[in-house]
Amino acid sequence: MSESQQPTGHNDDSVQTAESGDAVLQIADLEKRFGGIVAVDGATFSVERGSITGLIGPNGAGKSTTFNLITGTHKPDAGSVTFNGEDITGRPPEQIANRGLVRTFQIARELPEMTVLENMMLGPKNQLGETLWRSVMPGARSAVIEQEKELRERAWETLEFFEIDHLAEEYAGSLSGGQRKLLELARALLTDPDMLLLDEPMAGVNPSLEKKLLERIHDLQEEGYTFLLVEHDMDVIMNHCDHVIVMHQGRVLTEGVPEEVKSDEEVIEAYLGGEA
Amino acid sequence: MSDESTREEGGAQPEEQSENPTPDETAIRWQSDVKFIAKLVAVTYVGFAILGLVTGVSTNEIAGFLATVTFYAAVFALLALALNLHWGYTGLFNIGVVGFMAIGVYTFAILTASPEASPAGLGLPMVVGVIGGTLAAALAGAVIALPALRVRADYFAIITLGFSEIVRLSITSGSLRQVEVNDRVYGTGGGSGIRYDPVDGVVTWLLELPGFEQGGEALYQVAALVNVTSSVVDRFLYAVILMIFIVLFYLLLTRIARSPFGRVLKAIREDEIAARSLGKRTQVTKIKVFMVGTALMGLGGILWLGSRSLVSPDGLMPVITFYIFVALIIGGSGSNTGSVVGAFVFAAFLWEGPRFIRTIARTNLDYRPTGTIYDAFVELAALDPMPLIGYLIGSLDELRWILLGTVLVVLMIKRPKGLLGERKEIAAATDLSHRPRGETDE
Repeated sequence: MSESQQPTGHNDDSVQTAESGDAVLQIADLEKRFGGIVAVDGATFSVERGSITGLIGPNGAGKSTTFNLITGTHKPDAGSVTFNGEDITGRPPEQIANRGLVRTFQIARELPEMTVLENMMLGPKNQLGETLWRSVMPGARSAVIEQEKELRERAWETLEFFEIDHLAEEYAGSLSGGQRKLLELARALLTDPDMLLLDEPMAGVNPSLEKKLLERIHDLQEEGYTFLLVEHDMDVIMNHCDHVIVMHQGRVLTEGVPEEVKSDEEVIEAYLGGEA
Repeated sequence: MSDESTREEGGAQPEEQSENPTPDETAIRWQSDVKFIAKLVAVTYVGFAILGLVTGVSTNEIAGFLATVTFYAAVFALLALALNLHWGYTGLFNIGVVGFMAIGVYTFAILTASPEASPAGLGLPMVVGVIGGTLAAALAGAVIALPALRVRADYFAIITLGFSEIVRLSITSGSLRQVEVNDRVYGTGGGSGIRYDPVDGVVTWLLELPGFEQGGEALYQVAALVNVTSSVVDRFLYAVILMIFIVLFYLLLTRIARSPFGRVLKAIREDEIAARSLGKRTQVTKIKVFMVGTALMGLGGILWLGSRSLVSPDGLMPVITFYIFVALIIGGSGSNTGSVVGAFVFAAFLWEGPRFIRTIARTNLDYRPTGTIYDAFVELAALDPMPLIGYLIGSLDELRWILLGTVLVVLMIKRPKGLLGERKEIAAATDLSHRPRGETDE
């Protein structure tokens, strides 16, 4: 695949601070309040480059809000987000995405009245034709058309991989919930990210496809991508993540390799009992 | 990897050829669109003409009516196309269209009006006025876009509406009515407006050019054979010039629509947060597209309102914006062809059509105008239908709005996406359905 050289290329360029080791993403003391509710209350963790890191926690633990704070959908009240050694706290979503940190949403945000292919074609960043004059001027347009053809090829390949190529010319709004999830992930991949933040990527995806999706995530991991995923399916977390972060009431409760986390008393309490 | 190397080694050549169906398909679509519009126009005109001839309306009146229909269809098409870029593609609910038209036409008026007139203009050539007015509207678009696009969609709509009223009221304001500079009185002229050479004077200018002189003369003679006056011919010729602008608008907007830029526009309409999360700079894109749209609205305003020799605030009521929305909705917002079709249907059947009925009634019926609908019904009870007919025809201008409302309601129920709104117009510079390895399992 043509994107295979991309992530490693990015990795070479990236600035790494000495104390961070090989953390691609660092979150420190992140806080967010909505009115009187403290959604995220001093969350601190880091994600190691090239890992698949799971973010778990009971409902309302602040996982999705943390995602929103990292990717610029919401601005944090306090704390910092560092990506590839660069402070990206409070930057707008498009700047964060263009730095190679791309997310998907818990409820898929497909673009309903655009076809699946149009959705896919939106993914690649820095497209020539996104500048108005290049799209309109007769001379410049041929370069745009050339690039469109290249991108179209990648869009089809990715659709085939996710087994939604038969839906390519349907409106994205007519897809099932699981298919929308796949489309969103496929579209995010076309941006050539360094790191993907996936909010419940397996929700609504059928088991055989889920297996394929996980294989694909492992393939991409080998190519140098980093994943942070929120997931409720414990089998996915325990069998496929290198590292697990447990959030509870807006804070990081504990973190470690899946086996450690699994047997942690506090985690069991947060999930199964306790006052929350 | 292997694909990339072929591409670099001049592999583009054979690829280009294998893609021949792409431009062909667009050409076919474009031809079928033109055919469709031509058929619609022809059938409508022949229908009106036959109706007129059968009911004894004079040929000059019929031709005059058709010239008016063509003019309004054309100006509404221009403005509906511009609005389609904002509303249909990008989802920007701009309900201040008339404000940008006003900026365009007033700038045109001030630039081209004679320095001796009152209020005085700069006396510049018409072309300068047209370009200047268009640029001024684009600039106004930028000024409005900066604050307006920061707020949510519904507040954006209110800001644009507010803007159009601010423009209209500023024009009437005393402080802008007369501005004295170097012993000359410039300004907006307040309620009495500005006088200038109308933009449709270009027809007379063209017919005086060496090549066109004889053609124009011949045209007048042919028209005279069927008792059509030369002024009606001139109006038709101006409508033809407007059609050239429609084609230019259409080509520009179709290019924008079929490009990655257009794709970002659609994404903004569908879900701006999703677009931003994919790294699209939606704010800049929105400002750009807003400016392009307002420039076209300014130009549309010049071509419409500038074709009268006087511009005044009376013609700049917010309801004009509403008409343009109706035209766009009838055709199907999101479709450029739909915008043109909608504008024609609106102009022919809702805007001018009822007036034709009045013309027919005037030629054929001896009706008396009646004071109120109550009187009309009283007379009807006495088996005299004429007062009612007289009332209906006399109030036709007002009754049109009932017709307009009814059509909108029926359309929203039967075809909420407009006449052509169901079409998939794909935002890409190339045919996306072309698969790389040519496999199809459909």
